[in-house]
Amino acid sequence: MTEKKQDTLLQLIKKLVETPGPSGQEQKIRAAVREEIKGYADEIRTDALGNLIARVGSKKEGGMRVMVSAHIDEIGLMVTHVDDNGFARFLAVGGVSPFTCMGNRVIFMNGARGVIGMERLEPGKVPTLDQMYIDTGATSAKDSPVQVGDVCGFERPFMDLGKRLVAKSMDDRIAAVIAIEAMKQIKKTSPNEIYFVFSVQEEVGLRGATTAAYGVNPEVGIAVDVTGVGDTPKGFKLNVKLGNGPAVKVRDNSFIADPRVVKWMVNEAEAQGLPYQMEVLTFGGTDGRAIQMTREGVPAGCLSIGSRYIHSPSEMVDRDDVENSIKLLAGLLNNKIELGEL
Amino acid sequence: MAKTLETPKTFKPKMGKKELELLSKLTDALGVSGDEQEIRQIVMDELEGIADEMRVDHLGNLLVTKLGKGEKRLRVMVAAHMDEVGFMLIKDEGKGIFEFRVVGGIDPRQLVGKQVIVGRDHVPGIIGAKAIHLTTPEERKQTLPVTQLRIDLGPGGSAKAKPGDRATFATKLQVMGPTLCAKALDNRLGVYNLIQLVKNAPENIDLLAAFTVQEEVGLRGAKVAAFSFNPDIGIAIDSTPAFDLPHYDGEENTLYRTHLDGGPAIYVMDGATIADRRLVDWLVDTAKAENIPWQFRQPAPGGTDAGAIHRVREGVPSVSVSVPGRYAHSAAGMARIDDELNTLRLLHAALARLDENILLRQE
Repeated sequence: MTEKKQDTLLQLIKKLVETPGPSGQEQKIRAAVREEIKGYADEIRTDALGNLIARVGSKKEGGMRVMVSAHIDEIGLMVTHVDDNGFARFLAVGGVSPFTCMGNRVIFMNGARGVIGMERLEPGKVPTLDQMYIDTGATSAKDSPVQVGDVCGFERPFMDLGKRLVAKSMDDRIAAVIAIEAMKQIKKTSPNEIYFVFSVQEEVGLRGATTAAYGVNPEVGIAVDVTGVGDTPKGFKLNVKLGNGPAVKVRDNSFIADPRVVKWMVNEAEAQGLPYQMEVLTFGGTDGRAIQMTREGVPAGCLSIGSRYIHSPSEMVDRDDVENSIKLLAGLLNNKIELGEL
Repeated sequence: MAKTLETPKTFKPKMGKKELELLSKLTDALGVSGDEQEIRQIVMDELEGIADEMRVDHLGNLLVTKLGKGEKRLRVMVAAHMDEVGFMLIKDEGKGIFEFRVVGGIDPRQLVGKQVIVGRDHVPGIIGAKAIHLTTPEERKQTLPVTQLRIDLGPGGSAKAKPGDRATFATKLQVMGPTLCAKALDNRLGVYNLIQLVKNAPENIDLLAAFTVQEEVGLRGAKVAAFSFNPDIGIAIDSTPAFDLPHYDGEENTLYRTHLDGGPAIYVMDGATIADRRLVDWLVDTAKAENIPWQFRQPAPGGTDAGAIHRVREGVPSVSVSVPGRYAHSAAGMARIDDELNTLRLLHAALARLDENILLRQE
């Protein structure tokens, strides 16, 4: 890629990862994505749950109705109680680990900020989330800038390490970036009717994609999401490594990717001469499941981007993987889809 | 043909003799998940001639439609589950002794020594326990698992009940000053409230009242009810635990969930739903405008029918409102009459001011 193009990609990543949007509070990130895609879609709508759905193209001879889903929500915290001294107790929104909380900084949807502290524990003991609290700088419940039910996300600036990129919500804003960039590359010649879904509430149970898939009623679907990697010291035993290319999901704990979709993705990567790797994930789940199980069932798969430190405030992805994923996704959508036999 | 009831300008719910009679009929009835017939019949009798349409779906949900008047009416589904947690007999061991299992979430520590009623005839029985004379100190420290407990119906039990029959606690509703004490306040309070809402339905909306089944075993009834109604908005009305008790060590109680006397509990998030913020604001604004006490239910695990409703078809913006109650899912819970009436007031007032603008997104 040229340097100029690179810069715009990094700018888009920075913009999306730094916009707060925990599950159920996707209004700001939805607006940011809508702004990015408005010149590229034939139709844009927001559904009842808040999914942003953009259609590109109409179904032509030999084409298919395709759903691409990238979730725009991120993990966060919700206040459960503000005590007499102004400390805010909280509950996780999505999979938040106590390991990544202590000392972290958060920003609320109303703009209030805070840091996370914890009760004094025996040395070496791992706290539970209900032994921690958010200190918003308030001195009493009365002057607390937040109340029960208020939601915050983690606050961390985007960091460009050259080949590797780090941010608090690469999961799944990097997929939103990939979907947006692929959308820009959809050609008029594509026979497919493509619905780019920027889904909500994935982190709390694939809820947005469930209703979006029902509405779109696709003939084939692809989720785009991050996946765990096996390339860190004494880490997970996983096949996927940073920099080895887009990962083609075979299974995770939420679904088994349709083998026809897996083959379609592999064939496209090979046709373009892109690096790719097979992903067999022993945990986790993605919007792919929600698409697969809608209505009468839909062939569905997932294009994954390897990421280190998922659900921490420093999720790391590889820049080449991102660029290759854009090429792969655009290629998948631009051509006639031949799924073949099961 | 539906009777036309006049919508009172100001709806002032009360808990008089007639109302208490209906409420106790509901709480004292047996309606364990999967066998809600008794509750369904009470509701149908109450709403006979009032609803525009009343039907029972394939799972047993009672779906009641009360149409409003005028243009652009929102279709608002209000769901209250009829079922309660309880027991199912699984084996007749002879001499009136039955092995059983729990249906829904019940703490086995609650069971020993309780009186129960079994089946549609409410056959009385007890969950027996070894007398203290016969136990060792070691035994008394153990919780007896359900597999070791039996329901004892006395001689001739086999003729009165059979495996598959449901059972529940034998508690009868009592009024203790400002407090209602009964079993199954979760969710007969919701059922009671929904009956009153249908009887006093505001005319600006189409009220789609779903008296649902099998909530306690996984929000099953509400899922198909919502598919059938296909509403614009979903509201689950329920009863939620209050744990507003002082700590034994004097520390501040930060995990109370709700407080009795705090008014209707509005949900922001539970284990099954993130409430639609527009609807949360609408309820809070209504409470403030009408001077009705209210509280947020602390965000925490658990779920209501909203968990099923909001995920149906293309999605339904949903929220839940509960009457707070202590000691839920046990033989005897407690709720305040004022909380109950304020919940009903809030729901009615909120529905009466509802229009299509609620679904506009400001962004």
